[in-house]
Amino acid sequence: MASFLRALRSELRLIAGRRRNQVGLLVLMSLPVLIAIATKESTRHGGDNRGGPDFFDQITSNGLFVALAALGVEIGLFLPMALALISGDAIAGEAQTGTLRYVLTVPVGRVRLLAVKYAALLLAGLLACAAVAFTGGVVGAALFGTGSATTLSGSQIGVGATVWRILLATLYVAAGMAAVAAIGLFLSTLTEQPIAVVVMVMVVIAGSWILDAIPQVAWLHPWLVVDRWPAFADLMRDPPRWGTIRAGLGVDAAYAVVFLLAAWARFTSKDITS
Amino acid sequence: MPPSADAPDLAVRTQGLSKAFGGRAVVRDLDLAVPRGAVYGFLGPNGSGKTTTIRMLLGLVGADAGSIEVLGAPIPEGARTVLPRVGALVEGPGFHPYFTGRANLERLDRLDASADPAGSAARIGAALDRVGLASAAGKKFRQYSLGMKQRLAIAAALLVPRDLLVLDEPTNGLDPQGTREIRALVASLGAEGVTVLISSHLLSEIEQVCSHLGIMNTGRLVAQGRVEELRAAQTTTTIVTTARPDAAGAVLRRLGLSEVTVSGEGASGIPTGQRPADIVAALVADGVPVDGFGTRRPSLEDLFVELTGEGFDVDG
Repeated sequence: MASFLRALRSELRLIAGRRRNQVGLLVLMSLPVLIAIATKESTRHGGDNRGGPDFFDQITSNGLFVALAALGVEIGLFLPMALALISGDAIAGEAQTGTLRYVLTVPVGRVRLLAVKYAALLLAGLLACAAVAFTGGVVGAALFGTGSATTLSGSQIGVGATVWRILLATLYVAAGMAAVAAIGLFLSTLTEQPIAVVVMVMVVIAGSWILDAIPQVAWLHPWLVVDRWPAFADLMRDPPRWGTIRAGLGVDAAYAVVFLLAAWARFTSKDITS
Repeated sequence: MPPSADAPDLAVRTQGLSKAFGGRAVVRDLDLAVPRGAVYGFLGPNGSGKTTTIRMLLGLVGADAGSIEVLGAPIPEGARTVLPRVGALVEGPGFHPYFTGRANLERLDRLDASADPAGSAARIGAALDRVGLASAAGKKFRQYSLGMKQRLAIAAALLVPRDLLVLDEPTNGLDPQGTREIRALVASLGAEGVTVLISSHLLSEIEQVCSHLGIMNTGRLVAQGRVEELRAAQTTTTIVTTARPDAAGAVLRRLGLSEVTVSGEGASGIPTGQRPADIVAALVADGVPVDGFGTRRPSLEDLFVELTGEGFDVDG
């Protein structure tokens, strides 16, 4: 266990030490700042507050909602893209730089390597979601102040309860990213081109969003990984709608399990010729 | 593992090892025997299957047929127990370009479940020292020259004390000075009792340090053994320089030398047990004016070329 944690720390250092990832995190964190400033500007100039996407209209009354608005925007593209990038680095990237053969001859068992890689992706995904929510909460609170929040059901909850629910929403979004990480890790075992992994993951995610928007394939929607991602909004109802949250977590978990098994089957039998 | 009659104490042993990629046989029925303590030169032209063999020894590539034993343990089953005692350089250095040399070694050290975390800095420092990279340890890997990259890979192979070192083309891309340093390093490791399997497509680069040689060609092992044995197995030719080549040729034939040839400057033949002194005496007795007498034994290079073919053609 101690040696697993030692390897995991090394893995996180590998991800965090890469300039591209640091810039990527800054980009993720800049979006809630943009949302907060744009909202502030539009209210100052009396721009019409047209109901907009979820949470945007609540921001002015409670800055903490910037966190949820930002998560809602970034879940569509930016967060899955971030996970696609680092999962591409995980195996395909190591194969491309030629480090994979040296890691395996250290030796690191292949199952253990997958476990370390996936654990690092989970933590990185959680960090990305938390960074978005935290930045949104802090900037929003600074620009709009906090106070009791109005839930989607119309009732009022206190600041403590709001923060708690934002925390749960962040974890829920991170669970979705765990599914993306599993898809990415599997694709990463198929190729030596990390960019190919990014493209394939984004095809899966964008394709799912498109299918999710086509009513003719409504029967397929419950099985799409993205379908219930926006359901984190249901945590802001009173009481929270736990049913959709549970179903969403179930789909995320199913995708994670299936793709991790596929990654395991592929990677443990693969000839490493990179 | 105690040495047994049919298997003397071998660090690496393969039997009937075969591998094909996409229907193309890369390694065919390979019986490799690397004795413990040997410095084994693994030779063959580019594309002869050396790297694939090495990848199989390290468990990176699965064999289609045959068995592998490394330090007494079967591969790939025993890889996890035995590989900590094996240092490897496979097909050139592979490191993270945006990490420093030291950070790259730290990465490998942290992934080693059998390494003691407390000794990490000392291990890395010692390995960097040994390959002469201590002063460049803080530089990013991408700024390293090819020779420095190669040294870092060797430092990684030497991170912990090893029983077996597998060095795949360690002199690739090195200047003559760097090649000499690698040779010195291999010789010193051999003197410490470490078994070294060193591959190269250039015999001259490793001949001096090897106690054993294995020569591969198109996936097969075409020669293997102690360097002296391979050298002794080479046929020597007796060469007589004289003004009367025909007379000399006649004497050589009469004495029973085989493949006697006569040229403008003399005659030559392959002795079949005749001692040089007797041949000279017979020549003189027959009145052949001997201007020069010598024996020529082909070099290992000749053997290598003879066994693997010449030129730039890549088999496969």
